[in-house]
Amino acid sequence: MSFINYSSREINCKIVYYGPGLCGKTTNLQFIYQKTSPDARGKMVSLATETERTLFFDFLPLSMGDVHGFKARFHLYTVPGQVFYDASRKLILKGVDGVVFVADSQVERMEANMESLDNLRENLEEQGYNLDALPYVVQYNKQDLPNAAPMEELSKVLNPTKVPEFSAVATTGDGVFGTLKAVAKLVMMDLRKRK
Amino acid sequence: MEVLYEEEYRQIQEIVERLCRDANSKAVLLIDKNGQEIASSGEIENIDTTSLSSLTAGNVAATGGIARLLAEKEFTGQFHEGEHTNVHISIVAQRVILLVLFDQRTSLGLVRLRVKKASKDIQDILDAMSAKEHQQARPSIFEEITDEDIDNLFNDD
Ligand SMILES: Nc1nc2c(ncn2[C@@H]2O[C@H](COP(=O)(O)OP(=O)(O)OP(=O)(O)O)[C@@H](O)[C@H]2O)c(=O)[nH]1
Ligand SMILES: [Mg+2]
Repeated sequence: MSFINYSSREINCKIVYYGPGLCGKTTNLQFIYQKTSPDARGKMVSLATETERTLFFDFLPLSMGDVHGFKARFHLYTVPGQVFYDASRKLILKGVDGVVFVADSQVERMEANMESLDNLRENLEEQGYNLDALPYVVQYNKQDLPNAAPMEELSKVLNPTKVPEFSAVATTGDGVFGTLKAVAKLVMMDLRKRK
Repeated sequence: MEVLYEEEYRQIQEIVERLCRDANSKAVLLIDKNGQEIASSGEIENIDTTSLSSLTAGNVAATGGIARLLAEKEFTGQFHEGEHTNVHISIVAQRVILLVLFDQRTSLGLVRLRVKKASKDIQDILDAMSAKEHQQARPSIFEEITDEDIDNLFNDD
């Protein structure tokens, strides 16, 4: 839930990166962290296992400039993608303003992508959200790999409603900021609509 | 909490400052359940309060999840003892989180006592706020925002 503070003149919004295990959610945030100037970002917090799998969440606070004298701040979160961390994923979705679904483009991960997308929809519904009504974008990550499916094919299965979609290679940063800006923009437009 | 106006912010800030003083604590943070800092007081210059807020909210959310699994009502509070700093976490009005950092200059008993009083005061303000929200449509800063404004947000890199 966006939080507007008239005293500090800030708008705070929460964006969640969702997707199957190892699809590259944490890598997205790491790239954003590396490429953002220190005065526009806070510390990145990662609650991870010893093998660097997300255990609870990653968190990165970002400032994105001003609208009408209010500082727009975005809190980016990733969920743990591994199937058995479902309880944690539900907690992190609370109060979400925008969602990025990060798909793993590798052909053999198609089923995992579909499962994760179903899981996203269900977990949102459980909390009274509808994915189709939320600011939402899709990213097809790992497009650099030889076994990556072409974007049109992925899109057919994973993006039937045709929300904004991006091809990406999170390790080199390709498509990472494009994805972030698109979802942030949708969030701001949604705020205006809701008033 | 969705919108916080100056008037209520001032009242809340006052309570947080008073709590910090009366409990003889190092610092006090008021955090919304989604992890955003609402107000703070005390020795916070060397603390990353943004990370602290997010982690505290995550902790409270996880603890709440455990409570639901065990069919408990939400646990009312947490206490962590460190070598130099102790942490007292409590939930106010099921909506916001009060975090108190303290050391040997005070006691857990005194902190608990003061937190109880401050919680009551904060709850009163939150209640008044929700009553007000029902009565009047809140003014919006967003009505006047144009597509251009939104585009400009992201043009700087
Ligand atoms: N080749 C390639 N590897 C990538 C890309 N993005 C991420 N990776 C690698 O994939 C692995 C997993 O990335 P993470 O970002 O940790 O994945 P995650 O989605 O956060 O995984 P969980 O935390 O388990 O949900 C790491 O070794 C990354 O370096 C990409 O675009 N191309
Ligand atoms: Mg991760």
